[in-house]
Amino acid sequence: MNMPEMPTEIASATDENLSIINVSRRSFLKDMALTGFVLAAGFPSLLIAAESAQPKKYGADAMPHGWVDNPLVFVAIAEDGTVTIVCHRSEMGQGIRTSLPMVVADEMEANWLHVKVEQAPGDEVKYGNQDTDGSRSMRHYFMPMRRVGAAARQMLETAAAQHWQVPVSEVKAELHQVVHVKSGKTLSFGELAKAAAKLPVPDRDSLRLKQPAEFRYIGKGWLKIIDGQNIVSGKAQYGIDTRLPDMLYAVVARPPVLGGKVIKYDAKQALKVPGVVKVVELKSSPLPADFNPLGGVAVIARNTWAAIQGRKALNIDWDHGPHAVYDSDAYKAELEAAVRQPGKVVRNEGDVDAAFKTAQKQITAEYYAPHLAQAPMEPPAATARIVKGHCEVWTCTQAPQVSRERVAKWLKLPEDKVTVHVTLLGGGFGRKSKPDYVIEAALLSQAMHGQPVKVTWTREDDLHHAYFHTVSLERLEAGLDADGKPLTWLHRSAAPSIASTFGPDSKHQMPVELGMGVINVPFAIPNIRIENPEAEAHTRIGWFRSVSNIPRAFAVQSFVAELAAAAGRDHKDYLLDLLGADRKIDPGSLSDVWNHGESPQLYPVDTGRLRRVIDVVTRESGWGRALPAGRGLGLAAHYSFLTYVGVVVEVVVDEAGKLSIPRVDIAIDCGAQVNPERIRSQMEGACIMGVSLATLGEISFKNGAVQQDNFHAYQLTRMDDAPRDIRVHLLPSAEYDAPLGGVGEPAVPPIAPALCNAIFAATGQRIRQLPIKEQLRKD
Amino acid sequence: MISLNINGAMRQIDLPGDTPLLWALRDGLGLTGAKYGCGIALCGACTVHVDGEPLLACVTPIADVVGKRIVTIEAIDQDPTGQKVQTAWLNLDVPQCGYCQPGQIMAATALLKHNQAPTDADIDKAMSRNICRCGTYPRIRAAIKQVATEVKS
Ligand code: FES
Ligand code: FES
Repeated sequence: MNMPEMPTEIASATDENLSIINVSRRSFLKDMALTGFVLAAGFPSLLIAAESAQPKKYGADAMPHGWVDNPLVFVAIAEDGTVTIVCHRSEMGQGIRTSLPMVVADEMEANWLHVKVEQAPGDEVKYGNQDTDGSRSMRHYFMPMRRVGAAARQMLETAAAQHWQVPVSEVKAELHQVVHVKSGKTLSFGELAKAAAKLPVPDRDSLRLKQPAEFRYIGKGWLKIIDGQNIVSGKAQYGIDTRLPDMLYAVVARPPVLGGKVIKYDAKQALKVPGVVKVVELKSSPLPADFNPLGGVAVIARNTWAAIQGRKALNIDWDHGPHAVYDSDAYKAELEAAVRQPGKVVRNEGDVDAAFKTAQKQITAEYYAPHLAQAPMEPPAATARIVKGHCEVWTCTQAPQVSRERVAKWLKLPEDKVTVHVTLLGGGFGRKSKPDYVIEAALLSQAMHGQPVKVTWTREDDLHHAYFHTVSLERLEAGLDADGKPLTWLHRSAAPSIASTFGPDSKHQMPVELGMGVINVPFAIPNIRIENPEAEAHTRIGWFRSVSNIPRAFAVQSFVAELAAAAGRDHKDYLLDLLGADRKIDPGSLSDVWNHGESPQLYPVDTGRLRRVIDVVTRESGWGRALPAGRGLGLAAHYSFLTYVGVVVEVVVDEAGKLSIPRVDIAIDCGAQVNPERIRSQMEGACIMGVSLATLGEISFKNGAVQQDNFHAYQLTRMDDAPRDIRVHLLPSAEYDAPLGGVGEPAVPPIAPALCNAIFAATGQRIRQLPIKEQLRKD
Repeated sequence: MISLNINGAMRQIDLPGDTPLLWALRDGLGLTGAKYGCGIALCGACTVHVDGEPLLACVTPIADVVGKRIVTIEAIDQDPTGQKVQTAWLNLDVPQCGYCQPGQIMAATALLKHNQAPTDADIDKAMSRNICRCGTYPRIRAAIKQVATEVKS
């Protein structure tokens, strides 16, 4: 659910270009670096179109290895009637191991009680794209999985009709059996399994998909999550839980600063720790960081604790490299200076400067949002063994195929000599899209001559060596007319780019990042200019659930509330006025060429849908109701991942400045809902994650190294400070043929601004810097 | 060799006495239900019961729990309250990724064994040691209340 398209876009650019320009992925990447990598990363398909005259691909078609809808790949029926459905996307709490198989089961008329779910290993040629991020799994696989189910159903029906020697039109699959309607005769799926398996897979065009009224599971939300029983009994297996015979346990001391390396180390004391078996140096890779392991010194032991103790006893001299200058306080000042100067223009309509001259009132505000770490509760972990030249890996990964490719490359093995088994993920949030830790496990097993080695990241490792959410400064200026309406809007956004992790640092954001709430604001303002000043990266910038939308929604939705206040108007009315008349906007007309990788025709920016979530959430939350002093309601609405979310947060700020959140209302329009129950749980989770990052979340750097070691310093919201009552309002839609929106990410971005707007309503204090931390404290 | 009473059986562990119980369980005995989240008593993922009290296994040396009754998530269904908690967790689909849930269930079971009708404040107090990054807190609260209501009726 986490990742936007960035590295996969790169991958897709390279993949598709492979056949066109016939160079290896690596050298292609290098070429791109020279000729404008950043542009290419965001415009892969445009480039392809230019070079190959192929029509531009969108959605799942444009992902590496596309999609697969072959029932023989995804469904197996045993003679005892057990239907095994393969889930090829990674489970990390979004419920995908329930929701995707449920779609197949529904279309094939399987009884969920007799369904088993099997997790696919990394193999995109077989299963289609497996990168579980970008809020894409259901969006890209709903239709292919329906076709898988329908094809399996039709094969079972044909087998039954052949058995009875009746026309197939007389039979009907119904809850795990096929019925001959006239005679009432039945054959169970188990009885039909063998015969059905021998039949050809029906043509895609001949498939009969169910009508929504016939759905048993889709849209209902009453199936329990498939892993529930294993989870509550402690049996669920995560990456960190892997155990193999003769397995060794490793932890790694990695360079504290990006680009650093070991000068020398002394392992004498470490080797004296009982249980420590070996100390191994891992070479650091040159930058850009990519998914490469960071290098350092690994301690391999008979158990995790011994490895951790051994690591403490290491003596290492580090060369910290050029990024040792990175200091978050100084960097904030740099960003401030950057946004106070003109920057590269990335969208320009009307004449912003001229309009400022005629404006009655000018409002300016700057919003700062710091680095964040994903901090999934299960830190990164991977186990590898190499037997007779075949490397097997067990790991919690959002990127099974990329893990496989990278392990193959690092071990110099052909890809078919690498198997990546995907465990459950104890949270991912984008961190586990990056397989640096998987490669570490493979290298350590290699160093132990193939013996199984599990590498466990401690929490300190996880916080020190995340692929960090960017840090950003957003400066907004608006000129208002005599009625307080904006005539002109200038937004300067400065943030180090994810592209810097994968290529030379252009210091500018990619279209992918700009398309996350900077350029694609659909406001009806005649003069708009968006600028992107330079910002240099000094650490591995990665993606974190909802990515660049977090700082942008915070800035833009706070600023609109500031403008409403300056105009003396109700925030909701003002926001709706800014959206203007309901209309479907071509994202290209907003200079957004990315559009989350989806077709602008299928997925225009629909301001009517945004207005509706605002209407629903304000109505349901009792917007405008009278509240005692110290209480306030705050509103925000944001469009991301093709989904529309409106949020109203209610806060109480007591006399000492202590903040509490009695209630949050969230309205979401993600198109038709496949598993409403998991959509609700994603909304609740996104809300709490949004509160967590807004109130507490901050990773800072000093001398190039992260300052937060563990949860005392990088705090996460706990139960006592979490919103007490979260009410989710799903906008109804039964249009299962219409394109779906994402679910995992889009509720995160509007939480921080709605919260800060509520604080303003309660106290008059405007928060322009995240996290809120002690900013409200009066004592 | 250290002998520990774990889930009603005596188990032999060949690890130094200062080894935290968490790693003895996970690496030594293959009981991977108790999770690592922070290693320094900040997240509750490793919560087990020792003589009926919730304890953070990541900071408890095995030498300190010799002769005590240790119960982990793997055996919490042997406890009537534990079983009710598991059922409520399933009824309300509490878990998301599920990683923190063994710890949450151990903490909630301990709370409900001592206090059959916990108030919101009681729940906050007992459960705020346990972090859930996925944000399942509202459902955890609701599930605890569901157990409490059942016990009452
Ligand atoms: S692992 Fe024990 S409290 Fe976090
Ligand atoms: S359910 Fe994922 S950390 Fe709690």
